[in-house]
Amino acid sequence: MDKIRFQVLAGTHTGYRLLLWLLIILIGIGLIAAHHMESQGHWVTGMDNRVVWGLPHVFAIFLILSASGALNTASISSVFGRSDYQPLARLSGLLAVTLLTGGLAVLVLDLGRPDRLVVAMTYYNFSSVFAWNVFLYTGFMLVVLIYLWVMMTPQMRGYVRSVGVVALIWRLILTSGTGAIFGFLVARDAYDTAIMVPLFILMSLSLGMAVFWVSTLTMCRWNGYRVAPELSEKLRRLSAVFVLGVLFLMALHHLTNIYMAHHQGIERFLLVDGGVYPWLFWLGFVLCGSIVPVWWFLDRRFCTPAWTVTTALMVIVGGLCHLYVTIIGGQAYPLRLVSGYRVDSGLYDGEITHYLPTLPELALGIGGVSLALLITMLAVRILPFLPTVTRPLPGSNQG
Amino acid sequence: MTDPANKPRRRFLGRTGASTALLALVPGVKLVDLALAKDEDEPASVKTRWGLLVDANRCVTDCQACVSACEDEHALAKTGTARLDPQWIRKVELVDESNDRSLSIPLMCQHCEDAPCVDVCPTGASFKRADGMVLVDKHTCIGCRYCMMACPFNARSFVHGEVTGQKSYSPRGKGTVESCTLCVHRVDQDRAPACVESCAVDGHGALTFGDLNDSESTVSKTVRSQPHRELRPDLALNTGVRYRGV
Repeated sequence: MDKIRFQVLAGTHTGYRLLLWLLIILIGIGLIAAHHMESQGHWVTGMDNRVVWGLPHVFAIFLILSASGALNTASISSVFGRSDYQPLARLSGLLAVTLLTGGLAVLVLDLGRPDRLVVAMTYYNFSSVFAWNVFLYTGFMLVVLIYLWVMMTPQMRGYVRSVGVVALIWRLILTSGTGAIFGFLVARDAYDTAIMVPLFILMSLSLGMAVFWVSTLTMCRWNGYRVAPELSEKLRRLSAVFVLGVLFLMALHHLTNIYMAHHQGIERFLLVDGGVYPWLFWLGFVLCGSIVPVWWFLDRRFCTPAWTVTTALMVIVGGLCHLYVTIIGGQAYPLRLVSGYRVDSGLYDGEITHYLPTLPELALGIGGVSLALLITMLAVRILPFLPTVTRPLPGSNQG
Repeated sequence: MTDPANKPRRRFLGRTGASTALLALVPGVKLVDLALAKDEDEPASVKTRWGLLVDANRCVTDCQACVSACEDEHALAKTGTARLDPQWIRKVELVDESNDRSLSIPLMCQHCEDAPCVDVCPTGASFKRADGMVLVDKHTCIGCRYCMMACPFNARSFVHGEVTGQKSYSPRGKGTVESCTLCVHRVDQDRAPACVESCAVDGHGALTFGDLNDSESTVSKTVRSQPHRELRPDLALNTGVRYRGV
């Protein structure tokens, strides 16, 4: 029987080196963008006093959700005792840490005062779900680092399951906390619902699997490792289930809102006549990011690594569209300032806010994604995260 | 014989006296309602709940006196881009959905008892004073804008660029969030907020400021005796700002 071993990424593949330099350049551009935003002020972005969270938040939340979901494979391997998932468990844990690092970097650099990070770490208002998330994010990183250490240390193998359980519970709470950031916004019709919590959990599972597919298949290719077809099939089916789950909860969320008379305005805006938002929702999220990927994940004609990566990329693009519609569309729609009255202000109360992201915002978001990928690529060159197969010598009985 | 050099001084004293007399008489600015002068080190007390009553029947559609007074008082310079301008107070035109009646109201931080901005602020920079004023500590605000997401009234602004000409009593800072302070610096000196004063001087008297907990204050008496409402009663925020005629 073949034995799974782990090794550092051998040699320097041309694709690896090119990608490494590209990521370094993108991170550099992202840092310049962040410095520009901080030194000039946020007027250089498309954000204003109505749309206060813009494109950087779309990227940050995408990365944070993906971080939690990327741990799926490790959880299945150690918590549910499925040894066939074990070859990919370390990579799964590594991605969880690096994606979270990228997401937090974007979130912090988009603050009005990123220089006051120490204030955020020392002053806590425990009625704020944001403050909980500071603990949840840093705690998650610590738990997963311990998880990786336990997985990679032969003497600690006995603790893998216990630490895996803690990591699984922690990540469910983490994504609940992220969903609650929106669910607790009682004044905004687009949010203000507990369904945001399970919706964000499922989004994390779906997006995390998609990012995992793209990263793993690319790096395993450099390493000459081929994911076993049976395992690939299981993970593809699992990915399809997660994508369908998101679609189901999203449908439930919108149908519930449509049922409530005072939420019909926001629904009409996001789904029918809100300009870019209905296009992103139906074409980006529903069709390209959900229906087609589910079909391709489940159809064996599309089971090659290249198709799988393509399908996963579509889920990622669909997820970004979904987050854009949720985060920015939800703010662009005007608030109900006064019950029973239509606002007809000379300013821009009662009107749709037009938000157009600017290059610094895009550069910061892409810089965060690049940071996550760069740390991942460097880590696999330094520590044995990537699986490889060693065949036993004839006559030996190792197994 | 009158010394011509004393003319400007007399004119100044005369105008000051007239203005003071006017302020004491116009509705809305009941200086006698305010607490007696107190020690500047005296902390805010839970015995007081500062409140503001807006009478929409008196508010004039094209009048921007309260907005201008606020901008002057706190040195809120325009940025040149309306969507980025500080809006501690703004005029909002409303149309009654049931009968198309139009009315105009000033809208500012509602100084909610259960303030969503205070709940969500991760560092506690958004806080509520014992006397009900909702304020922002500019030293601990990290500019995350979660409070702006949470505010049901869009009453908060983000400082999108450098600020100049700040007043010492009203600090502002690039990258932080700000909103109506109810002119806390004036109230702590037993003076009415700038918007209230200017509305009174302009003769509209649509704003009445005072202690909601003081049964003898005008604002308290009016709130107890006249119909009024919060802007979003469905959210049960128990706002410090109340509206009549809406």
